Amino acid sequence: MGLPYWAMILFAIASMAIVGMVAERIVLRPVLGYPAFTVVMITIGLGYVLRGVVTMVPGWGTETYALRTPFSEGILKLGDVVLAVQQLAVIGMTALLCFVLYLFFRFSRIGIAMQATSQNQLAAYYMGIPVRRVNMMIWGLSAAVAAFAGILLAPVTFVHSNMGFIGLKAFPAAVVGGFGSVPGSIVGGLIIGLVEALAGFYLPEGFKDVAAYVVVLVVLLVWPSGIFGETVRKKV
Amino acid sequence: MNWGQTPGSDDSAPLGSDPILELANVEASYGPVQALRGVSFAVPRGKIVTVLGANGAGKSTVLKTISGIIDPQKGQIRFDGEEIQGRSPDWIVRRGISHVPEGREVFPLLTVEENLRMGAYTRRDPGGIAEDMERVYEYFPILRERSRQEAGQLSGGQQQMLAISRALLSRPKVMLMDEPSLGLSPLLTQEIFRIITRINREQGTTILLVEQNAHMALDVAEHGYVLEVGRIVMDDTCANLAKKEDVQEFYLGMKAGGVRGERRWKKKKHWR
Ligand SMILES: Nc1ncnc2c1ncn2[C@@H]1O[C@H](COP(=O)(O)OP(=O)(O)OP(=O)(O)O)[C@@H](O)[C@H]1O
Ligand SMILES: [Mg+2]
Repeated sequence: MGLPYWAMILFAIASMAIVGMVAERIVLRPVLGYPAFTVVMITIGLGYVLRGVVTMVPGWGTETYALRTPFSEGILKLGDVVLAVQQLAVIGMTALLCFVLYLFFRFSRIGIAMQATSQNQLAAYYMGIPVRRVNMMIWGLSAAVAAFAGILLAPVTFVHSNMGFIGLKAFPAAVVGGFGSVPGSIVGGLIIGLVEALAGFYLPEGFKDVAAYVVVLVVLLVWPSGIFGETVRKKV
Repeated sequence: MNWGQTPGSDDSAPLGSDPILELANVEASYGPVQALRGVSFAVPRGKIVTVLGANGAGKSTVLKTISGIIDPQKGQIRFDGEEIQGRSPDWIVRRGISHVPEGREVFPLLTVEENLRMGAYTRRDPGGIAEDMERVYEYFPILRERSRQEAGQLSGGQQQMLAISRALLSRPKVMLMDEPSLGLSPLLTQEIFRIITRINREQGTTILLVEQNAHMALDVAEHGYVLEVGRIVMDDTCANLAKKEDVQEFYLGMKAGGVRGERRWKKKKHWR
């Protein structure tokens, strides 16, 4: 499409938000109230189906694309350290996204209501929170964030129908950081990324791929609910 | 305090006098299990009314049906001159009914203050919300001290205080309270009930109080209904109820045993 980069970003995010809301309405609302595991399995299944459908599209379904960005291809030298401007932009935008999401969940009425709904759906009903509408917004928001992440990732990995598998890396990151903790998942991501890079450099071939899981094991042995994990003490 | 009224006197018959909430032949079930088999009763404006009943009698179901969590299969629920059965829970909260659920049901990872903000979710008047927040902090000063702590870290009694405060933040006309004394020490129970009467008197909030253990409930409420397997079987002033032999035996535990010991075994119920 001949759209400029920023318009393209907005378009991708907005259309993914709609896809997320439609997915909620059609696939996830019927299992409202079921255990989280059911929902997770359904979304994974839905992911496979959508990927399969996209790959079947003749012409571009199986191709790999490069995404041109307005950030220069140049590099930045700080003493001995060499950094690609491209990557710096990605890091900067990720940080900005995290910050905006943090503000949203911490301070806005609807952001807090989203947390409330995910923590205790029944109580959310009692408070007069329109649970279904909020759930739909949650799925819309997560799809939009995924779209943004995909755009950030595109200059690094190229665009193809299986790029979503990088999301599997996010899982150990979230476990290490502690589920439900935003700072936790950022720290978790940094730890996993660093360990992988170091393992790839210093250890024999193959260790890089298991490094993330070794980190998960070790962390869970020491902090069973992750580094920043919230230990919910259920009081009777 | 003049809760004990003379039996037979005119003001002991609240059914006629301007009910704010009225149930007529309400039936509700969970799948094949019929929990309410035609429940009718009325709650007069500005009063505290209690519904007593043993485990599984259907007390919680009555409250859930009023607040729209469960849709009744038959019957009418009339609130402030308007039929509300089958409406969505958020519509009902907006109209002025709030619910303090059994087992407290706080949002464990939100702070105390965020929990309170969620109680005010249906409101759009920041000034009024701040005022009400101030008032509940005055009722329960410990909540102010812990306002930045996660609700999951509070003790059971503090969580109950939070659940009550949170329900107050929608500025309800009617507050439904499901076993607020559940799992609390006698001392805490007394404090909670003291506040309940204060809320009723100072803010004119009508209170429908469900209790399994009847001592405090009969003390605090004016009128009482006894629910047994989905039906109202007794209806009288609390003063009169407290004198009845079956009530004394089954709900006040005046004979050996009593219902008290069972309460600890209650499980958290699944919903849906
Ligand atoms: N989610 C549910 N699914 C199926 N049956 C239910 C459900 N909740 C309650 N019931 C049944 O409905 C009936 C009334 O339950 P309810 O919770 O209203 O009783 P209750 O008087 O509040 O009891 P308790 O004192 O234990 O709180 C009981 O027979 C109970 O087993
Ligand atoms: Mg109950």
